[in-house]
Amino acid sequence: MSLLELRDVTKQFGGLVAVGDVSLTVEQGSIHGLIGPNGAGKTTLFNLITGIYGLSGGTILFEREPIDGLAPFRIAQKGITRTFQNIRLFKDLSVYDNVLTACHMNTKYSVVEALFRLPARNQGEKKLKQETEILLDIMNLTDRRDVSAGNLPYGFQRRLEIARAVALKPTLLLLDEPAAGMNPDETFELLEMIKQVKREFGLTVLIIEHHMDLIMNLCDRIMVLNFGRVLAEGSPIEIQNDPAVVQAYLGEGGNHDARY
Amino acid sequence: MSWAYITTVLIMTGINLLAVIGLSVLTGFTGLFSFGHAGFMAIGAYTSAILTVWLGVPYYLALLIAGLAAGLISLVIGRLTLKLKGDYFIIATLGFGESIRLLFNWFDPIGGSRGFRIPSEIHYTSLSDVIIINLIALILIANLINSRHGRNFKAIREEEMASQVIGINIFRYKMLSFFISAVLVGIAGGMLAHLTHFLIPRNFDMTKSTFLTIMVILGGLGSLSGSVIGTVVLTFIPEFLRNFNEWRYVIFGFLVVLVMVLRPKGLMGGYEISDLLRWVKRRLVRRRGEKNESA
Repeated sequence: MSLLELRDVTKQFGGLVAVGDVSLTVEQGSIHGLIGPNGAGKTTLFNLITGIYGLSGGTILFEREPIDGLAPFRIAQKGITRTFQNIRLFKDLSVYDNVLTACHMNTKYSVVEALFRLPARNQGEKKLKQETEILLDIMNLTDRRDVSAGNLPYGFQRRLEIARAVALKPTLLLLDEPAAGMNPDETFELLEMIKQVKREFGLTVLIIEHHMDLIMNLCDRIMVLNFGRVLAEGSPIEIQNDPAVVQAYLGEGGNHDARY
Repeated sequence: MSWAYITTVLIMTGINLLAVIGLSVLTGFTGLFSFGHAGFMAIGAYTSAILTVWLGVPYYLALLIAGLAAGLISLVIGRLTLKLKGDYFIIATLGFGESIRLLFNWFDPIGGSRGFRIPSEIHYTSLSDVIIINLIALILIANLINSRHGRNFKAIREEEMASQVIGINIFRYKMLSFFISAVLVGIAGGMLAHLTHFLIPRNFDMTKSTFLTIMVILGGLGSLSGSVIGTVVLTFIPEFLRNFNEWRYVIFGFLVVLVMVLRPKGLMGGYEISDLLRWVKRRLVRRRGEKNESA
């Protein structure tokens, strides 16, 4: 079943077409890769799906309902969340509080119940704290729970951002270059973690990445964007052997054993 | 120094404290700066005075209504201005504060610029009133900050875009924060009216707004204990410096600059007193552990 469907999605900034007529279907439970040279419109596509930008044309369906035109927080509440290419954590809050904050939708107590510490508030908080601790354990962040997010080493910040996103219990997780700036060991560790999180929480994942090892290893399907348009779509093997992709990515006469 | 004088200073501290707790929610925890909260103080002051003087409403009920009146106005102002980005919002609050002051200046039935006197048979704000109201406010606000709603305020302060993508309705939470700050500042205004028993719009100018914001910043943004300490320090210093006459505000300004240079994050730097106690306890436990090891 298709979880997310983009139909002829277009975004123009003035005269510039950042994303043009992109159609994409992401199947429930799959890991879908999004690759392409810098400036191909990958992050713009994420911003369109999460409602940060409005569409210039086309429509986006999530669980068969249109979500374009909704505010970003509404889209998040429907079950789509993301990480950012340039990490956006709550820097002055601790690792623990970053995740705890993101759990806020998993309990429903009101402002009045919070002001007077009524039973609903206490039960809700207890539940959130349990969930946070479990999540920190899965993401191997328990040792650093009291560190301010801004003081974490880079790789841990990326990991914390994923933990914070998963805390929402989303159905669809968008990862924007999660392995950027990581060395091969860290990248491998991240790969395993994404697989584990996807399994444990039954997620569907859409991922932008430049590490071809990671993408080819992880994804069920891959879409290639170039200058805002779809260049190719298919399984990792098909993409690796697609002449148009090889040409766009590696240049004339490239061979596909070369790494990006 | 007479006892009456000390009591008045303490009551004044308490009134400032209530206003600063309110502003701390907005500025310290939600990251929105306001230079117009003296306007909400004026609304609270005049509303409560009209209620007790003209309608004979009891003091505490009048304070409550005064707070709600300020809160109601904050919802209207918030709807118009809270979509603005940081700096523009500050300018809008500044404009709001000054307009409110001018409106009260022009409005003759409540004395206009000549002022409004509360007859002496009406209740004077006492030290116990101040203590009771501040305790209630501190407990309620601390409860709010330690809840999912309070954490959402802090998330918005830290990163608006990230807050949105984790499902926080940032406009709604900014409104809530603005409303709470206006209610508390409004009640503080009502208490002030019934302390001095004489109201003039001039007392609610931008200097007053700035003073409240300075107390929040000096105490440390994002710390309720900091707000309490900031208020006590900044209300007491000018009183201790009374002997220096005109010079006291120069010394006062110099001291504020000194604190900000030495502790840019404010006296409490975002920590609460409870964090400090926990830290001391951990240090003691660790030291004891080391001693045992060496023994």
